[in-house]
Amino acid sequence: MTVFYILLLFMIIAAIIAVETKNLLGAVICIGAIGFGASLMFLFLRAPDIAITQIVVEVLGLIILIRACISRELTFISGPREFFGVVVSVAIIFAIFLAGIEVLKTLPDFGTPIFAQVPEAASQTYISEGMQKTGAANLVASVILDFRAYDTLGEATVLFTAIIGATVILRKKTKKLLEDPDQ
Amino acid sequence: MKGMTIIVKTISSWVKVLIFLFGIYIVLFGHLTPGGGFAGGVILASCYVLLMLAFGREYAEENLSLPVASKLDCVGALLFAAVALCGLLYGAASFFWNFIHQEYLVGTDYEFNLVSAGTIPLSNIAIGLKVGASLFLVVLVLSMFRPEMSGNKED
Repeated sequence: MTVFYILLLFMIIAAIIAVETKNLLGAVICIGAIGFGASLMFLFLRAPDIAITQIVVEVLGLIILIRACISRELTFISGPREFFGVVVSVAIIFAIFLAGIEVLKTLPDFGTPIFAQVPEAASQTYISEGMQKTGAANLVASVILDFRAYDTLGEATVLFTAIIGATVILRKKTKKLLEDPDQ
Repeated sequence: MKGMTIIVKTISSWVKVLIFLFGIYIVLFGHLTPGGGFAGGVILASCYVLLMLAFGREYAEENLSLPVASKLDCVGALLFAAVALCGLLYGAASFFWNFIHQEYLVGTDYEFNLVSAGTIPLSNIAIGLKVGASLFLVVLVLSMFRPEMSGNKED
């Protein structure tokens, strides 16, 4: 239990440094530290699937961010902030915080699965019958690719759309294609 | 963009094979060990990103060019949709039905084999192909993008 609090403190400190530092590369590296802390946390929570995915995506995202922030002209926003904008954003964040507290009260206690309280929960079926029904030894794979495969289809669609958007926006000959559709 | 020093080039030319093999392992054994299509696909993409960082963009584009990567992306998406549609055609006629698994259900020795779990390895391969190609496309497109300087906008 202590290790979670230490990791959480580490991640919060890294997040504060990432927001407050003036150095852009340092901020990106602090974001990487947050991601690796989250990966360690998933590992201690015995979720190696998510830990592997988190650490791999973090590495790739860090490469993209470092590549994007090196050799770019930096723009710093300085000067006094607008009073109205600050008040509105603080109020919205406070409302979300209060709603989050209400939501967290309904969750089961840390470390206890939900079917300990609700015996007819769907996760009970997945754990007890997933091996026979799908034949996959990895229960996470049997959930995300068999029981809840619609989620994976939606995730793949989101990724596909994101790639199409990035390729269309960042292509070279935008205007030429608009003027001469034959090329 | 001519790449890095000879030390980095040599080491990455040794390591790239191991990274690629590890990605394939993670994808193929996704239904037995931790991992799966998404993580393995990201590892496959990061292998090409390593090539791009070490040898420059042109070298990576010779190995896996932008049209080929986008075709691989579409093949992965179509394969995943085809697996889902096959469940609609065969078996219990529902989308994403695990139609291969039912024939194996009689035997008991197939568990923990590489060929088990019906459509899950096929879906893993499809998702790995799709995620790897599309994440490589993101890095390729972002590194190809140069913001146009002012004065160049009107032609």
